[in-house]
This record gives sequence, C-alpha cells and structure tokens, in this order.
Amino acid sequence: MSELLQFLLSGVTVGAVYALVALGFTIIFNASDVVNFAQGEFVMLGGMTTVFAHAAGLPLPLAALVAILATAAIGVALNKLAIEPARGAPVVSLIIITIGASIFIRGAAQLVFDKQIHKLPAFSGDDPIVLLGATILPQSLWVICGALVVFAGLWFFFTRTLLGRAVLATSNNRLAAQLVGINTNFVMTLSFALSAGIGALAGVLVTPITLTSYDVGLGLALKGFAGAMLGGMGNPKGALAGGFLLGLLEALTAGYLSSQYKDAAAFVVILAVLFFMPQGLFGRKSTDRV
Amino acid sequence: MSALLSIEGLGITFGGLKAVHDVGFSVREGEIVSVIGPNGAGKTTLFNMISGVYQPGAGRVSLSGEDVTGMRPDLLARRGLSRTFQNLQIFQSMTVLENAIAGYHLRESGSVLADLLGLPASRRRALTAREGARALLARVGLDRAAEREAGNLCYGALKRLEIARALALNPKVLLLDEPAAGCNAVETEEIDHLIAEVAASGVAILLVEHDMKMVMRISNHIVVLDHGEKIAEGDPATVSRDPAVIAAYLGTEADHADG
Amino acid sequence: MKLTPKQATLLVLAALIALTPFFFPSGYYYRVGALIFVNGLAVTGIVILTGYAGQVSLGHAGFAGIGAYACALAPVHLGLHPALAAVLGAILSGCMAWLVGRPILRLKGYYLAVATLGFGILVSMVLNNERWLTRGPDGIDVPDLGLRGLLKGWGLDLSNGEFWYFFSGLCLLVGAWLALNLYDSPTGRALRALHGSEIAARVVGVDVARAKLQAFVISAVYASFSGSLLALQNKFVTPDVAGFMHSIEMVTMAVLGGVGSVLGAIFGAGILTLLPQALTVFAEYEQLLLGLVMMLVMIFLREGLLPSILRKIRGTGE
Repeated sequence: MSELLQFLLSGVTVGAVYALVALGFTIIFNASDVVNFAQGEFVMLGGMTTVFAHAAGLPLPLAALVAILATAAIGVALNKLAIEPARGAPVVSLIIITIGASIFIRGAAQLVFDKQIHKLPAFSGDDPIVLLGATILPQSLWVICGALVVFAGLWFFFTRTLLGRAVLATSNNRLAAQLVGINTNFVMTLSFALSAGIGALAGVLVTPITLTSYDVGLGLALKGFAGAMLGGMGNPKGALAGGFLLGLLEALTAGYLSSQYKDAAAFVVILAVLFFMPQGLFGRKSTDRV
Repeated sequence: MSALLSIEGLGITFGGLKAVHDVGFSVREGEIVSVIGPNGAGKTTLFNMISGVYQPGAGRVSLSGEDVTGMRPDLLARRGLSRTFQNLQIFQSMTVLENAIAGYHLRESGSVLADLLGLPASRRRALTAREGARALLARVGLDRAAEREAGNLCYGALKRLEIARALALNPKVLLLDEPAAGCNAVETEEIDHLIAEVAASGVAILLVEHDMKMVMRISNHIVVLDHGEKIAEGDPATVSRDPAVIAAYLGTEADHADG
Repeated sequence: MKLTPKQATLLVLAALIALTPFFFPSGYYYRVGALIFVNGLAVTGIVILTGYAGQVSLGHAGFAGIGAYACALAPVHLGLHPALAAVLGAILSGCMAWLVGRPILRLKGYYLAVATLGFGILVSMVLNNERWLTRGPDGIDVPDLGLRGLLKGWGLDLSNGEFWYFFSGLCLLVGAWLALNLYDSPTGRALRALHGSEIAARVVGVDVARAKLQAFVISAVYASFSGSLLALQNKFVTPDVAGFMHSIEMVTMAVLGGVGSVLGAIFGAGILTLLPQALTVFAEYEQLLLGLVMMLVMIFLREGLLPSILRKIRGTGE
C-alpha cells in the first residue's frame, strides 16, 4: 500500500512538470495552430538561467524571476523571427522550424552556459515529509502546487479578463477576432511569452529534483507533447489532466513493470489513445467542410 | 424505367440543428433532376450525404436498387457515382491533364509493384488513361491548357476541369454542385450542352445550380428545398408557379441577388 | 531527343556519382559520399511518403533501425547471408509499417507526426534495452557483406571506401529509379491526388487508407535498406540509427532540399551530410548552425533549396 502511494507521489511530481509543458504547448497551439517542439527548451532555459544567475550572486527568487523573464523574451523572439514569417506554411515545414529552433537554442545554451549537469538548492530544504508510510520531498510539493497555481491563474486569465477572452476568441476564429478589432499578432506574441514563461517556471521548480543540463529539453518536449495529446490537443484542462496522467503511468510502469521501459509507457499510451480516440480524452471532434 | 438513384427520407442533424430533414426523390437514366432552394437550404449537405462524405442520420440512398447509404465515396465511385464540388476540390499541384487522368484511377490502377518497376503493363494502363483524359479535356474545351499547372487556371476553367474529371469515371450517376458558378454566359451555355449531352448518353444527373435560367432550361424535374425540407417538386413549369416556392425565394431574393 | 524529367534526373544522378570521385582530394571523401547516398536512399522514401502522399513521419528511423539490426543479428542467429539479412529486414520493416500504419494513418498532421514519433522511439528503446539480443547502447558488430571480396576475385580490386561509395551510389540510383517510376504511374497519381485533396481523391475512387498505407510501407522499406547499408558499411551499428534525431534528420534533409522531387531531396541529403563535415572546425557551433539553417530555409525557401535555386536560374534565363 505504502509502495503504491510512493509511486503515485513520484508520479504526480513528474506529472506536474509534464502538465506545465503540456499547458505551454496548448497555449501556443491555440493561438497559432503551431505545435512548438521547442517547448522543452523553455524548461531547460528556465533551469539553466536560474543556475547561472544564482551562481553569479543573485538570490534564488530573483534569479528565478530573471530566468522566467529572459525565457519569455526568447519565446517572443521565437514567435517574431521564426513563426510569424512562416504563417501559412505546411505542417511539415512548421515542425522543422520549431525543431530547428529547439536545436538552435540547445546549441546556443551549450555555448552560453556549458555542457555540465547542474543543480539548484531545494526551496524548503531536503528533509522528506512522511505521508502514510510514503515520503515526498518538499520540493515536489513546490512543483505540484506550482502546476496547480499556474492552471488556476490561466483559468482566471482566460475566463475573467478581457485580454484572456481575446486570446480565446483568436483561437476559435482568427479572422472573426480580427474583424471585432482584436490585435491577433499581439495575442500570438502574448501566447508565446506566456508559454515560455510557464515552461521556464517548470524548469526552475523541477531543477532541484531532476537536475538540469543543456540537453534536457527534447525529452521534456516529447513528454509534454504526449501529455497534451493524451488530454486532447488545444484543451488546457486536457493538458493538465494528460500531463498528470502521463506522470502517474510512468511512475507505475517504472515501479511495477520495468524502469527501463518507463519512457515507453508514455508512447504506448499515446498510440493507444490515438488509435481508439484520436481526439484525446477531452478533445472536440472536428468535421471537414467540403 | 427504374430509378438509377433513389433517396428516401434522408436527414442529418448538426449540433441539434436539422440541416436536412426527410428528403426523398429519384433520378432515372438520362434524366436531369435539379435541386434548388435559397442559400443554406441544405443542397450541398444533401449532396454530401448522397456521395458518402457525410453519414446520413436517417433515410436511405440506393444506387441501381442497391442500398448504399453512408457508403465510402471511393466505393460509391466503383458503383458508378461521381460528383463535382461547389467550392472546387482540384489537385492544385498537378497539371490539368493529370487532374483529368486522376478521374481514370479505377480503370488505370493495378499492382503497385508493376508501377514501381515501371513494367509495360503499368505504362499501358497509364497511357490509355492519358489518351482518354486528353479526349475529355477537348470535350470541355481545356485541351490547350493540358500541360499547365491546375492551380493557375481561372475559376470557370476549373469548374469544367472538375466536370471532366467526374466524367472520366464513366459514371452512371453524376452529381454536379453549381457547375456554372463563376462562368460567363458563353461558358454557361457550353456547360448546358455538355450536361444535356451526358444525360442523353444515359447518365442520371443530379444538379444543384443557382442560375435559374439554366435550371429551367435543362431540368426534367426540379426538387425545391427550404430550411432542409422538400417544399415542392415537379417539372420546371409547375415548380415555377408553385406559391410555396415563390414565397421561399421572395423572402430571401435580396440576400443573394448576385448568385 | 528530348529527355523526360525521369531520364534527366537519373542521368544527373549517375553523372554525379561517377564523376565526383575525380575531384576527391583524399580517400576519406569516398566515405562521405557513401554516407550521402545512404541518407539519400532513406530520403527518397520520405519523398514518396511526404512529397507524393503528403503524410508526415517522425519515426522512420525506427525502420532504419530494423534494417540495420537485421544485418547485425540475422547472420549470427539465423545463419543468413548479410545480403539476405538486409532483405529480411526490409520485409520485416514493411510488415511492421503495414501493421502500425493501418491505425496510425487515419490520423492527420500533428497527430500522425506524434504517432509515428512514438513508434520510432519505441523501436529505439527496444534496441537500447534488450541487451541480451542487441548488446544495448554500446552497439554491435555487423558481418562483412563479402561482395568486395567477390569482386576482387573477378579482377575488380576496389578499396573499402571506393567499394561502398559505388555500391551505395548504385543502390541510390535503383531507389531513385523506382521512386521516379512511381511518380507518373497510377499509384503515384493516386498518392499525389490524396495529397492535393483527400475528398476529391475518394470521389474519383481512390481507397485513401490503402493508398496511404502503400506509401508508408514503401517508404519504410527504403528506410530499412538505408539502415542496412549503413550498418554493413560501418560493420558496426548502435541504437542511434533508430533514434529520434535520425528520424528528424531524414525529414529535414528531404524538406530542406525539396520534398516534392527525388533530386531535390537527395540534394538536401547531400547538404545536411556535408554540413557537419564542413563545420568540424566549428564543432562548437554545429548545433547552432544546423538549427539556424533549418529555420532559415523553411522560412525563406518554402519549397526547399533545389526548387528555389532552379527557379532562380530559370528566372534569370528568361
């Protein structure tokens, strides 16, 4: 019993990170119909920038803030320099552009930072909390709460603020949004900033547990992407649920089946979901118009 | 003579809205039946159900007596049903000739291996299709544009190209969705003749068209839809005098005077 | 006599393969050339899948992995000749593509991309983890193809580099010939039709699911042979051959060069294979530059390098 709980707790922790990456995917996908394969790099940038800013003498919270803002700026640059000029390009081209961006950012990170593995101190110490026979690190709570707070914030933003509704309107129908006077370019820029910022936050929160290096982005991007797809592409609730679910599945696979194949769990599930309900768990069905 | 295409009680709902409800009629060999009605009356939806693009929610479609309700479009094509599209579905990056050849798919396709190896059998099939396609292009007046990329053609020419592609299947039943849209008077008349000619060869034709003059001129039978329901049917003279039809049209005439 | 585009492409390709060795400063370049041809073969498969049929795969390295490991394992465990092992790998890849493709190919765009990606990653995980069979991440030896020895017996003495250069070149020529045959054939037209408009393709009678599956299987066989060739010429293979980055490389090469044409895609394979060789001086900047090239070409030359270059040349000629 406590063993199961242990697996669940570690699953929820990893799942929270996947959920944050998946949320980032969703925000950009909704605003621009682009699946951003560079999403994982935002997580890496968040972690690495904090590490180096902290090492340079900034206090941790300030270093984290700098990292989040810098990553958001990079997100905006990505949109302005690579995504906007390519509007209307076929899916394959967009995939290659964002993968190119991902490789570029990774290459830049290994030059600007280094190729070492880095660690951040945990925010509230390293003493595990005992819970019904299982243990959880305080940092895990930070990660889980971080994901929930971000989700609540997004929910508030999208449903309760004018700007958030403008973003939603744009994702529903770009042309109609333009017609009622929404600046859709601004909406896209905002989405990239938001998405990159959320990714960076995930990086800051999780680095004390999983460590970071210049090349962690791709793996995270794939998992986050898988989570988003599991929940149903374009649905923030789905992204959150899909991310957590994926983390749990991975932890359970690692615990009960094979730790070597824990990464496989994600993709087996994705394939199964895509076979049997191609729109994901919470996705909407779409009909082609002829 | 029995009906080649017959439809009974066909209906579909989109998100609780009845787009088409309980529509039935039939088209016999060599007959031209037109479906008319104001914009949004459900004409294209009806076409999409008959041609297997949408799954009908209710009712039955039969082709030469066989129940083909909701059958996949490619299987319908094998059974002799062919169609064109209101908003054009052209293979843009192919040449005009290749577009027409595509219509010969069922007759030209054979083993993939033969195609990969470029065996004589494969080349023979392709050559026959090519010759047929050239003749068809000449028939719709596009023979001189044969080698041009289809995406560069004007709208009226593309409409004719779609008709040529549909004819390439050698269909028993042909569904034409606004074949004369975007065509000038001369082109419209040419399409008129073409349709009449095809019908005379024994093909059952179902037509959606906004050009009322054309509809009245060539139809044997007219079905009028409004809000997804059949409100009248009969020969052109009867339908044009029908008070329900006049009311349906007068109510919306101003909205699409340009159509 | 006027050449058809097919004849012209094959002629250009054959001429390039035959003539470039005269400009090689050292024997090392035979290896680079052979690598270009191996990549070119995989990329030709991508042309059929993506260029003709418009379907995206981010998992084709999985099939390359199957082809490569077939050459490593079948000779040892089944006693097959390495050449037959490559054929076995291709058959296996084809069957796998057929099985996986049936459900996957109903998906479109990004969904298809992620499903194929998942497949590729699963193959690479199996190769990494089943150490008892594959020896894991450290890689495994591949037996000699034996053809070079045979040729030597017939009086044709080629160095190892020369042999693999010309043998891979020949394989690429055959691959290109098949793909070009397909382009203008009924099957090829059906694929290009469904690329243009799936619904219109259905209406003219194309069984879209079957056509996509054909393209997927054919391209998987290309990838498999490419993997086999790579393994045989290196006499060694690691699971990286099936890795995600290799899948991305294949697609990038094809799209960068111009996925609409066989020659364009092979051109892309050449550029992307040469790039790291040219950049060895700047090894530090390799990733940075690769990413930059990928983005720039896709933003500014959407059809790919070769079609854009050809258009420029024709544009000034007129």
